[in-house]
Amino acid sequence: MSAVLQRGLLYGGALLLALWVILPIYFIALAAFSTPEAVYDYPKQLVPRDVSTETLRFFLNSEGVLGSLWRSIEVAALTLAFSLGIGTPAGYALARFVFRGADTFRIAIVSTRAFPIVILSIPLAVMFLRWGIDDSILGVSLAHTALALPFAVLVTSSVFAGISVELEEAAMTLGCSRLTAFLKIALPLALPGLAAAAIFTFIISWNEVFAASILTLQNRTLPAQVLAVLEQSPLPYRFAGGFFMLAPSLVVIFVIRKYLFNMWGRVVR
Amino acid sequence: MADVRFEAIRKTFGKVVAVDDVDLAVPDGEFTVLLGPSGCGKTTLLRCLAGLEKVDGGRVLIGSRDATDQPPRRRRIAMVFQSYAVFPHMRVYDNIGFGLKMQKTKKATVKERVHSAAELLHIEELLDRYPAQLSGGQRQRVAVARAIATPNDVLLMDEPLSNLDALLRMEMRAELKALLQQLGTTTIYVTHDQVEALSMGDRVAVMNAGRIVQADTPLAVYDRPADMFVGGFIGTPPMNFLEAEVSANGGAPHVRLGESSFPLDDGAGVRPGKVVLGIRAEAIAVEQERRDGTIQATVVVVEPLGSHNLLTVRIGEDLVKVSTRPDVFPEPASDLWLRFEPARIRWMDPDTRAAFGAPAPAGTEA
Repeated sequence: MSAVLQRGLLYGGALLLALWVILPIYFIALAAFSTPEAVYDYPKQLVPRDVSTETLRFFLNSEGVLGSLWRSIEVAALTLAFSLGIGTPAGYALARFVFRGADTFRIAIVSTRAFPIVILSIPLAVMFLRWGIDDSILGVSLAHTALALPFAVLVTSSVFAGISVELEEAAMTLGCSRLTAFLKIALPLALPGLAAAAIFTFIISWNEVFAASILTLQNRTLPAQVLAVLEQSPLPYRFAGGFFMLAPSLVVIFVIRKYLFNMWGRVVR
Repeated sequence: MADVRFEAIRKTFGKVVAVDDVDLAVPDGEFTVLLGPSGCGKTTLLRCLAGLEKVDGGRVLIGSRDATDQPPRRRRIAMVFQSYAVFPHMRVYDNIGFGLKMQKTKKATVKERVHSAAELLHIEELLDRYPAQLSGGQRQRVAVARAIATPNDVLLMDEPLSNLDALLRMEMRAELKALLQQLGTTTIYVTHDQVEALSMGDRVAVMNAGRIVQADTPLAVYDRPADMFVGGFIGTPPMNFLEAEVSANGGAPHVRLGESSFPLDDGAGVRPGKVVLGIRAEAIAVEQERRDGTIQATVVVVEPLGSHNLLTVRIGEDLVKVSTRPDVFPEPASDLWLRFEPARIRWMDPDTRAAFGAPAPAGTEA
């Protein structure tokens, strides 16, 4: 009896959690794909009645949206390149080599997260002004790299730690150098994990609004643009904007998930 | 094909000395087993030969080349790892052909060599599979096939059978030995399993605490252990060690063992005083009554093992294992008399724990 009860509680809890995440996403998507008039409807429709791209088109054609959308993509891509470009070798070194201060280094990486971006942004803005990279894609992506890099290092380090050193050593006895053993063995095996780190980095940058708002004026990213005009914008604009913030995360997760969980005929993790 | 020479190899990890001044020569085509308890440095020594560890002192020679500073890929070695280290993202075919492809071998040659290696290991029907679809024993075969597919001077094996279950291990042991005899490649094989070492090796190098204690044929290592460590480590049950005293006051030297005593013959190099008498369980004969030169003992336990019975008896304070015919069933607590086969007694120095008259630490001779 109590086993049944436990099971019921477990599934009930899981259902609640799922609804807590899914319902807002659903309502945002629903509003984004209906006519602007339907957005104001009360009570809300639970099932889509007249699907329309009118709201989305209205949002995209609003001033500054398309430009900021494109900039967001550029910033996220640059952040991704910086974070993984620096983070992957660092993660590999942490996983493979014993060196003096490795543990301190690990803690130092985590501790950078103790400085909120709110505090970092103002001095960064001053410094970027001096360097002449204020209000630029490069400036924002550098700030985002500072946010994403600790995750990139720690995630890639645990990915490489999960790949047996003996595999690389075997490759080295079979004719590989240290580098080719990494490229032919460790890297392909790490790809699912690296993809996960990449997705995470991309989304950190895509959704980051505070640093982007402070460091840019004309060249705003999408979240910064939406935030800047949020107070004056009509409800359909807000829903469509919300949907654009959500969509990449969802798409990327669903597309990569298959790759993440099913590689080489086996289930990875 | 090549011989291998370790010259004064030393390897430390921080303050821990893993390999301590090891000399060992392995002639071309020989199958040498490095045997020892875990942590004795046998795997480290093998990794020094592979080039996966940098030595802190000494030289590694493969053929007549000084390989000490060569990276693994230049040493013309192949290695089978304890975890098999089969590449999970490649099919069996690509695993076996990996070394050949790295050497830019022609496609047709790769195909030919992969198939012949797979044939030797009986895994031709698995070539299209991924390692995740194989059993442990099959992965083991892939690892060996991969090692022999590339032309190499020396084959290194690091506990290749230890992850298999007991029955499979016994099968693979015989199969691997036959395969290596057929190939005739110089092989260095690391194991902590003395049965594996004795049954497979042309020569067994017993290691303890970073040093090679004895390197000799399996039979010699078993019958004439260089010290008490080797005698105690090798054999099931291990060699019996009994405290005894040799006295030479007037005439022929005698051995006193508890209450009994017998004349010492063939005790070459034994000096009078306290000694340790080492004897294998099967070198002890059991008599039902007191005879000349026998030693009285009390039965503690009888363990019938089918092919023979294993008795545990007490002589004075010491417990001794005796192997008898399966029809000998003495009552526990009853007395019996033991006769040690004189030629198979190994006299040890209780201070140095080394055998009297043993040759200098072996391995220096090829």
